[in-house]
Amino acid sequence: MQNNELSGPPAITLDKVNKWFGSLHVLRDVSLTVAEKERVVVCGPSGSGKSTMIRCINRLETHQEGRIVVDGTELTDDLRALDTVRREVGMVFQSFNLFPHLTILENCTLAPIWVRKMPRAEAEAVAMGYLERVKIPEQAKKYPGQLSGGQQQRVAIARALCMKPKIMLFDEPTSALDPEMIKEVLDTMIGLADDGMTMVCVTHEMGFARQVAHRVVFMDLGEIVESGAPRELFENPRTDRLKLFLSQILRGH
Amino acid sequence: MSHATATAEHIPTEARDRPPAGIVGPWAWLRANLLGSWWSTAITLVLGYVIVRVVVSLVAWGVLHAVWSVPYGPTGIADTSACQNAKGYGACWAVLADKYRLILFGRYPYEEQWRPAIVVLLFIGLFIVSGMRRFWRKELVLIWIATLAAVGVLMWGGVFGLSLVTEDYWGGLPITLILATFGLAFSFPLAVLVALGRRSTRLPAVKMLCVLYVEIIRGVPLISVLFMASVMFPLFMPAGVNVDKLLRAQIAFILFAGAYLAEVVRGGLQALPRGQAEAADALGLSYWKKTGLIILPQALRLVIPPLVNTFIGFFKDTSLVLIIGLFDLLTMGKVALSDPPWQSFSTEVYIGLAVIYIAFCFAMSKYSRGLERDLNRSRTR
Repeated sequence: MQNNELSGPPAITLDKVNKWFGSLHVLRDVSLTVAEKERVVVCGPSGSGKSTMIRCINRLETHQEGRIVVDGTELTDDLRALDTVRREVGMVFQSFNLFPHLTILENCTLAPIWVRKMPRAEAEAVAMGYLERVKIPEQAKKYPGQLSGGQQQRVAIARALCMKPKIMLFDEPTSALDPEMIKEVLDTMIGLADDGMTMVCVTHEMGFARQVAHRVVFMDLGEIVESGAPRELFENPRTDRLKLFLSQILRGH
Repeated sequence: MSHATATAEHIPTEARDRPPAGIVGPWAWLRANLLGSWWSTAITLVLGYVIVRVVVSLVAWGVLHAVWSVPYGPTGIADTSACQNAKGYGACWAVLADKYRLILFGRYPYEEQWRPAIVVLLFIGLFIVSGMRRFWRKELVLIWIATLAAVGVLMWGGVFGLSLVTEDYWGGLPITLILATFGLAFSFPLAVLVALGRRSTRLPAVKMLCVLYVEIIRGVPLISVLFMASVMFPLFMPAGVNVDKLLRAQIAFILFAGAYLAEVVRGGLQALPRGQAEAADALGLSYWKKTGLIILPQALRLVIPPLVNTFIGFFKDTSLVLIIGLFDLLTMGKVALSDPPWQSFSTEVYIGLAVIYIAFCFAMSKYSRGLERDLNRSRTR
């Protein structure tokens, strides 16, 4: 992956971020910079704080120390600034979190209509465009409960895209899917990457990381242990912790 | 069916439409459930006999030997000797025939009783229209306001050529429906706000207020709240300010129902997976948009059974206004029985009242099952 096209002000900056859950220190002096159009994959064992870190980026979790600046706006207790940040940051969750009482189309048009104040017809046109892009336009009138897991996750991606965000966050998007559905979701994410989206993705799919990521960040016990180009990290791990992690997940692949 | 070998073709088994007869069907059900074993058969026969005996005697008492009307003496006083003679042997439905207007409309002037009758029909119409989902639009609020205004005009009068009838003459079914309808219509939004307030993380003062409200109200019986509203409330008002008794009872109901409904709604809010609020947050929805579009529609759907439970309970709790001297449906039943010729026929009066209460409560119950089925259609694959 070339790094020469990445320049300009960073999209996301984490500066010595610390977070505690009660007395549990879950993020320890985490510092990370993500440039515009950069694609970063975050990996690590469970409990390493990778999900917590990514959830701090759109303030689903709040940090106690350090600074987080997203799209030029610092994340503080200011609610209005937070709303502007969240409009530009889309998130895809491990458990899809589609709204079960709304149709697929309504799921996708809800935020554009109520947050960006788009007229309904325009919002529906945009939504159908993204549903076609994730290859399920025929499901628009169905309810989430009627779709398979892979289809639901693709709808979740389309829903996030309908807000035309500048940054997309993925929190283990394929971890809850049957193996045969993982490919269709990863293909969608690769298509997104090809269009130049800034992405931060927490995942265990190392093949995806190799293909798409500019940088892979390995976290363990709340801190960033190693970070670098995917090929470098996977073939020449420097720390023992990363070597252990790779041996556990690669399992002879 | 042959054992599969490495090279044999698998011949699919045909799907059949239904299991073999003898396993399903009414006769099979009977055999399995009622006559499954000797013990089961014996109990079926004994209970069957008991049920038949009871039903036969009820039909005999209630229909075959019942007295449907009695003659009236020269002074207009009923001659209930026929009923007295049939006591224990046949029901005296004549008491309902004689007293139905008193029970239903209280002391409302006899010639004007068409007004509360229309009020009752308006309420029933309002419930039916509100229940139909195709009317769930903003206009429904206007329909409610218009109906409630019409109820006020009809009951009070004084305008449009109607004679004025003050609240002390109101009684019976209109009082029950007014207290129940206004009570639940106002307490439900209050309950939603209190439930949301109780879960607030950003406003600790609001949260504490909501907790106090719920815990204090739940700690005292409804009777004592009504009593306090009717007796103590005027003591705290400046001299000359006189809040009408029906209004005080209404406010007491709203506050009481609000506390119980708030906990039911809070249960629904808790049951909703956190991911729903997170997804709404991630899309940039503000608190009220998130609550109104995502959280409440799902949370309320989850708690339809306990909500309807509370509604039905409070509908019947309106009978407690007897304590503060308001004459609802049940109280008018007791008043009707205080008339000397009819004093011993309380069973028949209470059965009549029960039929009315059951009609309303069963309608609520049936409606809620339909509502659940409709709203949850989207949940099933």
